[in-house]
Amino acid sequence: MILRVALTVGALALSGLAVWIFPRSILAFLFFQGSLLFIYLADVPRRVKWALLALALLVMMPVIGYFNAYYLEVATQVAIFAALALGLNIVVGLAGLLDLGYVAFFAVGSYCWAIFGSPQANAIFGGGFPLPPVWFFAFLLVGLVVAAGTGVLLGLPVLRIRGDYLAVVTLGFGEVIRVMANNLDKPINFTNGPKGITPIGRPPAPFGLPYGEYFYLLVLLIAAVVVLVNRRLEDSHIGRAWEAIREDELAAQAMGVPLVRTKLMAFACGASFAGIMGVVFSAKQVFINPESFTFLESIGVLAMVILGGMGSIPGAVLGATVVTVLNLQVLKGLSLWLNELKNAGTTVFGYNLANLPTQLEPAKYERMIFGVILILMMIFRPQGMLPARRRQRELGHLPPKAAGGTEAA
Amino acid sequence: MSKRFFRLVVSLLLALAVAPSALAQGKTIKIASQSPLSGGQAALGEGIKLGVQLAVEQFKGNLEKAGFKVDFVPYDDQAKPDVGVANSKSIIADPEIMGVIGHLNSGVAIPSSEVYKDVNLAMISPANTNPTVTDRGYKNVYRVCGRDDVQGVVGSEFAHGTLKAKTVYIVHDKTTYGQGVAEFFKADAEKKGVKVLGFEGTEEKSNFDPIITPIKAKNPDLIYYGGIYEGAAPLFKQAREKGVKAKFLGPDGLDSSDLTKIAGKSVVGMYYTTVAGPVTVYPAAKKFADEFKKKYGKNPEPFAAQAYDATAILIKALETVTKGGKAPTREAVAAAVRSVKHTGVTGAIEFDAKGDPKTALYFVIQVASDDPQKWGDNKEVKKLSIAPPAPRA
Amino acid sequence: MDDFQLLIGILPQVFMDGLVLGFMYALIALGYTMVYGVLEFINFAHSEIFIFGAFVGVEILLGLKGAGVLASVPWPLLLLLILAAGMAGSGLLAVSIERVAYRPLRNAPRLIPLISAIGVSFFLQDFIRFLESIWRNAFNLVYPDIDALNHRFDLTETIDVPVKSLVVTFGALGMLWGLHALVNRTKVGAAIRAVAEDQTAASLMGINVNRIISLTFLIGGAMGGAAGVLFGVQYGFINAYSGFIPGLKAFTAAVLGGIGNIPGAMAGGMVLGLLEAFAASYMSLLTGGAFGAEYKDIFAFSMLILILIFRPRGLLGEVVRERA
Repeated sequence: MILRVALTVGALALSGLAVWIFPRSILAFLFFQGSLLFIYLADVPRRVKWALLALALLVMMPVIGYFNAYYLEVATQVAIFAALALGLNIVVGLAGLLDLGYVAFFAVGSYCWAIFGSPQANAIFGGGFPLPPVWFFAFLLVGLVVAAGTGVLLGLPVLRIRGDYLAVVTLGFGEVIRVMANNLDKPINFTNGPKGITPIGRPPAPFGLPYGEYFYLLVLLIAAVVVLVNRRLEDSHIGRAWEAIREDELAAQAMGVPLVRTKLMAFACGASFAGIMGVVFSAKQVFINPESFTFLESIGVLAMVILGGMGSIPGAVLGATVVTVLNLQVLKGLSLWLNELKNAGTTVFGYNLANLPTQLEPAKYERMIFGVILILMMIFRPQGMLPARRRQRELGHLPPKAAGGTEAA
Repeated sequence: MSKRFFRLVVSLLLALAVAPSALAQGKTIKIASQSPLSGGQAALGEGIKLGVQLAVEQFKGNLEKAGFKVDFVPYDDQAKPDVGVANSKSIIADPEIMGVIGHLNSGVAIPSSEVYKDVNLAMISPANTNPTVTDRGYKNVYRVCGRDDVQGVVGSEFAHGTLKAKTVYIVHDKTTYGQGVAEFFKADAEKKGVKVLGFEGTEEKSNFDPIITPIKAKNPDLIYYGGIYEGAAPLFKQAREKGVKAKFLGPDGLDSSDLTKIAGKSVVGMYYTTVAGPVTVYPAAKKFADEFKKKYGKNPEPFAAQAYDATAILIKALETVTKGGKAPTREAVAAAVRSVKHTGVTGAIEFDAKGDPKTALYFVIQVASDDPQKWGDNKEVKKLSIAPPAPRA
Repeated sequence: MDDFQLLIGILPQVFMDGLVLGFMYALIALGYTMVYGVLEFINFAHSEIFIFGAFVGVEILLGLKGAGVLASVPWPLLLLLILAAGMAGSGLLAVSIERVAYRPLRNAPRLIPLISAIGVSFFLQDFIRFLESIWRNAFNLVYPDIDALNHRFDLTETIDVPVKSLVVTFGALGMLWGLHALVNRTKVGAAIRAVAEDQTAASLMGINVNRIISLTFLIGGAMGGAAGVLFGVQYGFINAYSGFIPGLKAFTAAVLGGIGNIPGAMAGGMVLGLLEAFAASYMSLLTGGAFGAEYKDIFAFSMLILILIFRPRGLLGEVVRERA
């Protein structure tokens, strides 16, 4: 036991040291992230575990970020996407309703604060805007309510629709919201169309905290609340009802689960997290336009949920971390590193990399590699990286080679 | 589980030990570019990247003589604001990067420049025509391209004054750039008494039939397309095929040989406005086009010339700052850019207090041939020079 | 011209444009529907399979043009050649994708292969672009003009139909008919339907399930390839990303008509194509410019929601019953 505790503490300390010594090495930062996962999975007393994680996230991360703002940005985005993934996890993972337009709720939240936190609202109401930045906190609530309302609004007409039909309807809804944001600059200018809204107010930092650190801690706090709410929901009455309708709608209905209310709750809950994070996102970016809310973003969040393990809270958080870090750091780091080799004129097998034709520019193929990683992950770990316990058991029931006729070919 | 992670930890440590350390390597100056290198807008984004690359290779000589190693670092912003912002944080975390050329999309440029602003890192934009980019008055943000409110006016000036168009139908591609320039064109055209028969936006890239039908029925003298050649080429092609007789006009997003590659003879006689002079008249422009083609095997995309000039300006600023082998600071570089006077491929550039080009000299150019190889033969039909509007209070 | 007259005057042209677009969507939708009917799985990579067919077609045309023999080949032969090549290329691509990325996941929960398919889609987009940038150093590829296909029949002063639109229309009709006959009248078709109904039972009846599933992907991919070639012929230029949006629309059309249902894909495509054409042409005319052509997608998707509310199984219903 003591050995294990020492090991976790050691890993964290070592990784922190590594980042300290190599403040710009991506590997060191990955090591740091890996040690967090290691601590989470290690078999040590809960109190030690949480104390170490809190130390890492609340103290070490901001300090690292002070020396390298890039890591802080990555951490902030991870927290934002983790909350999004958790929201979608309720809809897709728990309630089993495939939602391909999740980013719509994110957009609704973003535009809520963007319109009122910038001079944009003057175009609608005449004058008196932007609201003072302190209103940001009130708008976290407004974003939540409006997004949840939108979720119910979408949920109501489509409740009769099942399975993949629902997927298409939500896809359509996501596009409708984006196209509307792109076009509602006339007849009345609500969203300023493709030109977007700027400058959007940011909540003021107290106690002279550096802004990046303050914002990171704020987002982390919100994400932590989201995680907490999710944990409470999972084992609550409504959480079980969601899983019941996921497994078998008819049976659930027969057992007295009110379908309409349960599904609407799922949509509303999922949407509300996206709404809050939308408000945060617009403040973080200072500028938003509809380009941030495309169908691909919805797909990205869905990939996070499924990569992590459907219906699993740690899974969703890990999925969000892996996808975000992969896209923003690992693949970028790889292409930057190759570029550095190229600039240095390194030779590989007698071939000077500096002569590499521009068609083979590594930066161009990050998305292609991401695609391959998605496929491989699904093939080798279909249950997700941290599957939900209940699901794990379920999948365990399948005989290892149940592939009906796979060998026949 | 724990065993596996132990192994992971050990292997990570090993990797760390052999990783190329990014610690001080002496006097290196890096120039970064940010533009979409993957995804649907990659063609334009790559054009920007190649423009920067070419300029770095050609102009780095003086800096190298002064004892600096000059490296070029391309970043892919995927045309996504969150990726762009994360990249820019990565850029400011690298103390050797002294300037950024980017972006393609104003939607990415605006939030990213908020990041550059924090460390006074110079950003020179080759393509962001949205007035907001410089209207925020940041000291580190520049652009070499014209503003929408200038180019739109140039277009309508030409349509009204030279083409004597009485009616015009405006189509745009619903992007910041396309809609922006189309709106300013519309406003100015209406002021001049040109009748606007329709103002239509569409994200469509291939099927323009339903948009052309009303155009054909209304029979305008001129169609103005606000956007990039990828939308303009199929629109104009399908319109001609459907028997629309109107003249065609568009902004500098149409300045690509791919336009004739796609639309062929339909766009012969089409006009476009641009700051890049026709290569037949301006030797600098011809030199750039030839060298680009020689090096990369294809014609430059729109905004590649602007990226090339932007880089040249950045390097000039770096040369003044590093006089006598002094190590540059980002602040000094960003400030030095303001006083650079540069005559490049896209004309003589001098910045005003906001970071816009002082007066932009625009050419109206007519497409001469349906052969993409002869894009260089396009004729200059008019020169217009318009100053950007005074800063709003 | 009077406004009302204008509205009426363009009506037939708009209708015709909508039909052609609808046939295009229907052809692409067939690929989604075939695979869905058998595996209940949204083949997200179909949009790339589709555009791959267009690339095969254009490569052949450009190859012939490079050899200087393009003008000497009669156009119907040329068209058949690129159609066949496009179908073969896309069909084989679809089969290999199934083998590599979907088959290992056949017994995984339903959403797992969906993510794998998204991965394939990302990979293929940039891979096709990579190949073309190596091979031709080009991003956009352009179908060489075949004059006979561009010939237009003027019906009235304002309405005309080009030959290529007729090719799309009849091509789509022919393929739909062929597919329908294949599935409903042949032994292979019976096997496909059996596998769709119950894989285990089908394998017990001596049907090689894997082979039938591969065949389904081959046919669906070939339909996509044909659609890709016709798309290229109709609209003239393609790049590695051009497949994505039409693919998304076609997927919507497939669902609209009742996914898994072949005539349904046709009906869905028609409805979607017509809706889009009408919305794009009339929206700004009818609202005096307040709302524009861009609302066509909002219009189309709202109609989709409406139709699904009243017919939750799509216009023509689903062929495959939901498994409990």
